[in-house]
Amino acid sequence: MENQPILQVHDLHKYFPISRGVWGTLACQPRRWVRAVDGVSFTVQRGEILALVGESGSGKTTVGMNVLGLQRPTRGHILFGGYDVTEWAQGHGPSLETGGGDPSTGSGLCLAALSRRRRVMLLRERAQMIFQDPYESLNPRQIVFDVVAEPMEIHRLTHSREEKRERVRAALETCGLAPADHFWGRFPAGLSGGQRQRVVIAGALVLEPELLVADEPVSMLDVSIRAEILNLLHVLRRERGITILYTTHDLATAGFFTDRMAVMYLGRIVELGPTAEVLKEPRHPYTRALISVIPVPNPRRRRKRMILQGEIPDAIDVPPGCRFHPRCPDAVPECRETDPQLRAIAGSHEVACILA
Amino acid sequence: MAILDVRNLSVDYLTDDGTALCAVEEVSFRLEEGRSLGIVGESGCGKTTVMMALLRLLPEEGRIVNGQVIFGGRDLLHCSEAEMRKIRWCEISMVFQGAMNALNPVRTVESQIVESLRLHITQDIRVARERTGELLELVGIPAQRGRQYPHQFSGGMRQRAVIAMALACAPSILIADEPTTALDVMIQAQILELLERLQAELALSLIMVTHDLGMVAETCDDVLVMYGGMVAEYANSDAIFNDPQHPYTQRLMEAFPDVEEPGSTLASIPGNPPRLDELPPGCRFEPRCECQWREAFCAQKMPPLVELEPDHCVACHWASRIG
Repeated sequence: MENQPILQVHDLHKYFPISRGVWGTLACQPRRWVRAVDGVSFTVQRGEILALVGESGSGKTTVGMNVLGLQRPTRGHILFGGYDVTEWAQGHGPSLETGGGDPSTGSGLCLAALSRRRRVMLLRERAQMIFQDPYESLNPRQIVFDVVAEPMEIHRLTHSREEKRERVRAALETCGLAPADHFWGRFPAGLSGGQRQRVVIAGALVLEPELLVADEPVSMLDVSIRAEILNLLHVLRRERGITILYTTHDLATAGFFTDRMAVMYLGRIVELGPTAEVLKEPRHPYTRALISVIPVPNPRRRRKRMILQGEIPDAIDVPPGCRFHPRCPDAVPECRETDPQLRAIAGSHEVACILA
Repeated sequence: MAILDVRNLSVDYLTDDGTALCAVEEVSFRLEEGRSLGIVGESGCGKTTVMMALLRLLPEEGRIVNGQVIFGGRDLLHCSEAEMRKIRWCEISMVFQGAMNALNPVRTVESQIVESLRLHITQDIRVARERTGELLELVGIPAQRGRQYPHQFSGGMRQRAVIAMALACAPSILIADEPTTALDVMIQAQILELLERLQAELALSLIMVTHDLGMVAETCDDVLVMYGGMVAEYANSDAIFNDPQHPYTQRLMEAFPDVEEPGSTLASIPGNPPRLDELPPGCRFEPRCECQWREAFCAQKMPPLVELEPDHCVACHWASRIG
């Protein structure tokens, strides 16, 4: 059980239907889909920090949502600690043991006997999310104590008021809001952006999850505060062995604290490998372009930026062949026909490009 | 030649009970013609307030208590409101923070640009439409897309449209307040490239207000670092990035991730910028300063802005002593 990856994503697809309108439906127009995630596979080891990097529209947030069971995958499987949680979120769970996991959790519960709701609750206890915007993800009428205590109440984890206070205190202080008494009576309006994000993280941590999905946790914060939050995530991994799935569009922050990096483009992973290696020797033209546009904090080192024109095409009409070819500076005619798959080129460094 | 010269600008905000809180104190800088100036600092250090003050767009509670803003031989702080109206937008225009989300959702992008053109330049709607098309093409949006609504535009295109709007009257100074915040890296790079191109093509002088040092390093010639409503350091960008003197500038640099050195540690600046009602009596940065030379003195006396080298000014007791 120990060496098993905490998270395995196999061939995940998530399509969203597009409304055809009344006339479209009556005229039996074919249903069209937004292919937000279109065949993504990766594994995350226990205690690892994996960055999912990509622009808006690349599907990285959708992957995070599916991992947490907040959305139902259209196709594919997600195994959390060996259990196929895809089925849990879908409400019919006959294939609980498909992952080959032990059919009981550490607490000796038999999962098959549990209702769907209870199983989703179990997943949520072990996998939590940190949202992007701490100015919007906190209820302005809820004091910090309640924000952090609410997950415990939902999961009925505390039996006494004392215990609850202690756990809230511990979570807040782990997140750098010490002394906790000083903060927990306040409303979010009385906190700075960095403090708010710490409260959000404390709310996720209070359940002592094994996996955190951090969706752009610093993009709304000032640069000087970003480092604090990233350092906090780093410490959580080091001291508690928490696994983190960090989604971002910013390769620079990802480069600073993640172990591995998966670069996504239009619903697919185009490059996957150890962070330092991907940043140093990017093999996919898209990764190269992304790296070239990161601002370098030194005017003496201004580089030639490889700016891709336009934006990610919408995921309704996915280009044939390689999805990136219409914007690719290196594209050859063959790219229009072959849909490249991820393949290993050096050790654990994988690239989906026929030219790599 | 300086196209805009701001001298000793101070701004107060009045609270409900009548006390005046000092938001900006003695800020001076010069914008040279055709150059770009970056104004850097954390949220709440007065960057936007300075811009609003020089355009005289402060909210009611804001009061300019001191200073001069010299533009074209006039002091903008003494112009009448009618004169200011001609200067705003036509001479100095601004892309406000979050402006891309402030486009009217129920009107087409074109009609919103046409409206501002008709207010300032021409009554003729055909001329205004034609000019709108040119402006959109200038910022890289096909003219016919002007007939679409803002929700049909992506974030990057909305930002381009807002920049087009700001350029409508061919201003000589463009102020961009956090123009790329909340945009993806690739779109950020596109917007930066656009601003650089416009600056060269239209001979614009540019002021960029941001908390992102990387953007400043990429585009700006001069940098003004602000902290707690005051100037901490002011120099050309080469000096700021390669020879920062103020401890605050140095700490900001360390907090910025450098993709060319992944894995290096990222330092944060503990604490928060000072609140306006609790400004420290001495150096504003002293409570957060971890400089090894910090002394009790720093907490008592405010450091003056000293010109260490030509065009490199620092407000720090220690830096000015050894400099």
